[in-house]
Amino acid sequence: MQQAFWVIFSACVTVASAAVAADDLGDAEAGQAVFAQCKGCHQVGEGAKNRIGPHLNGLFGRPAGALEDFKYSKSFQRAAASGLEWHADTLDAFLENPRSYASGTRMSFRGIKNAKDRHDVIAYLRLFSDDPANIPEADPTATATDHDLDPAILAIQGDPEYGEYLSSECTTCHQADGGDDGIPSIVLWPEEDFVIAMHAYKNKQRQHPVMQMMAARLNDEEIAALAAYFNRLEN
Amino acid sequence: MKMNRRAFLGKTALVTASLAAPAVLADGHGKPRVVVIGGGAGGATAARYIAKDSKGAIDVTLVEPTRRYYTCFFSNLYLGGFKEMEDLGHGYGGLAASGVNVVHDWAIGVDRDAKTVTLAGGSSLPYDKLILSPGIDFVEGAVPGWDITAQNAMPHAYKAGSQTELLKAQLMAMPEGGTFATVAPPNPYRCPPGPYERVSMVAHFLKANNPTAKIIVADPKPKFSKMALFQEGWANHYEGMIDWIGEDFGGGNVSVDPAAMTLTIDGEETKVDVCNVIPAMKAGRIAELAGVTDGNWAPVNAADMSSKADPDIYVLGDASQQGDMPKSGFSANSQAKVCANAVRGVLTGSKVFPAKFSNTCWSLIDTNDGVKVGATYEATPEKIAKVDGFISQTGESAELRKTTYEESEGWYTGITSDMFG
Ligand SMILES: Cc1cc2nc3c(=O)[nH]c(=O)nc-3n(C[C@H](O)[C@H](O)[C@H](O)COP(=O)(O)OP(=O)(O)OC[C@H]3O[C@@H](n4cnc5c(N)ncnc54)[C@H](O)[C@@H]3O)c2cc1C
Repeated sequence: MQQAFWVIFSACVTVASAAVAADDLGDAEAGQAVFAQCKGCHQVGEGAKNRIGPHLNGLFGRPAGALEDFKYSKSFQRAAASGLEWHADTLDAFLENPRSYASGTRMSFRGIKNAKDRHDVIAYLRLFSDDPANIPEADPTATATDHDLDPAILAIQGDPEYGEYLSSECTTCHQADGGDDGIPSIVLWPEEDFVIAMHAYKNKQRQHPVMQMMAARLNDEEIAALAAYFNRLEN
Repeated sequence: MKMNRRAFLGKTALVTASLAAPAVLADGHGKPRVVVIGGGAGGATAARYIAKDSKGAIDVTLVEPTRRYYTCFFSNLYLGGFKEMEDLGHGYGGLAASGVNVVHDWAIGVDRDAKTVTLAGGSSLPYDKLILSPGIDFVEGAVPGWDITAQNAMPHAYKAGSQTELLKAQLMAMPEGGTFATVAPPNPYRCPPGPYERVSMVAHFLKANNPTAKIIVADPKPKFSKMALFQEGWANHYEGMIDWIGEDFGGGNVSVDPAAMTLTIDGEETKVDVCNVIPAMKAGRIAELAGVTDGNWAPVNAADMSSKADPDIYVLGDASQQGDMPKSGFSANSQAKVCANAVRGVLTGSKVFPAKFSNTCWSLIDTNDGVKVGATYEATPEKIAKVDGFISQTGESAELRKTTYEESEGWYTGITSDMFG
């Protein structure tokens, strides 16, 4: 019975989460204060580690119970097996009443009853996941249309050395150190997201005229090479 | 469908002969030597990329007289009050840190047989490959009545720095209801939308500070870059303030009198309060001294930006005559990277990838009203040829125009860190 609930529930939220716009999230700054009550067990931000609870970096779009080096409760393992993913709406429901959501969770926390506080803390946690301003494919603004890309294209292994040469065309506008004032950052993206985004420009599904033009003349190998290079760029 | 690197490089990359037999050009003197003249958009980028990518295998010396480079790009925004002068200044410390030997001096001669560059300070620099990116100088006698000694009375402000500050000071000192004149240059010249962005920024300043003032533009051309966009913007933001006199109405038949502060257009003399004379342009003088110019500009081969007159000299940016690319900072930066890759390949046998060029020029018309034009290019045996392009449309939403402006700010940060590290 519980199993069935999870399957249905998570099927709904995967669809619904695509529709949650970034603006619907709360106020991240206020959320930082709300997060104070979570800090005893959870870390988030640069260098965050698992403590009593798992670290919360990259939480958005992450399947429940997915961190390999954290030992989850049975209840969470079940949730993970049934396909629960963390999005704004699943987090909202979970935080409202953790126990009713995952009865056996070790999270001994009564929940956050105030809806605004929940939305704010979710917005705060959102800061530590892929940024949709930079990666529109990231939760919660992910668009399904970008993803029907030939698996053969996604399977191409990019050559980072060739990518480095090609990248000099990108770094005229996109800062190599990942700065993102006015022009989005393109460093350290998951390679697949990068490839999907570039092909979405090439196929004119994404609208920016400069990017459509730049992507138009890159072939599949070149896009893979750029994805590989920027993914590995260290500063 | 996984590809290994060798297979795909075979398909996509041009592997030069030098890969098979790395040329050791530095016969008898250790490391190969590259000298770059001019530390602007083309030269700084080329020096930085060669030093950075060769990881010490090539000696790179940059010759640049000024200790601080003020970008022409965004200098119009300084006139409009959107930027401070210091926002536009960049030092050469980052280049030195990437291994470039920065020499603050003028290059005054090139001996192509001995392969040396003479500096004003008296010393001489030997090179295996010489890169020239000296920007522009003005064609003498282009605007009757004006010469370089008149640049204080009638500034060009087309090399950024003290000229730009002078023009701004004159703008601020204009009498109420006064007249600001711009004499626009004939093609080809540095930054095709530059004079018209400038007019927009001057109008922005005047609208707030001196709303009854007038702007006259005398133009030898029948049309200009982003014309529809600028004219739409001028009508929307600065109605009745700007009078553009194109070729059809005698805009090319002008003379000035800097002592009397008059501008004569097609025989009709007007008293003006500020006169921004932007004369016809040519390659920076050192290109001519090096003997690589043909007429006003230095012809180059599109594949690697090498001079058509000398295979050991490369010419970048505004000074080059390359084909379809506009003379812009973005273009110079793009050409510099193609050149850096080629020079490194010839000197050390590193891989040479096929040339790809691109350009985008943003212009600001009024607060948060940005527009852009851009294109991609490829190397053909004849020239750098345009592949594809786009331009902002008239009637775009205010939101899109604002995003476009914000993009230009991101680009500025991007290109200046790409140039100077
Ligand atoms: C008002 C204005 C607005 C502009 N806006 C834009 C814009 O928005 N976007 C854009 O892409 N471009 C813009 N540009 C164009 C851009 O500034 C130039 O195209 C670009 O700077 C060209 O680069 P370059 O390397 O050829 O020359 P420069 O950047 O001018 O560099 C030349 C350097 O060479 C040095 N030099 C010259 N002679 C010697 C010598 N004998 N010895 C040693 N050093 C020497 C000079 O001191 C100078 O630092 C604008 C230009 C103007 C005037």
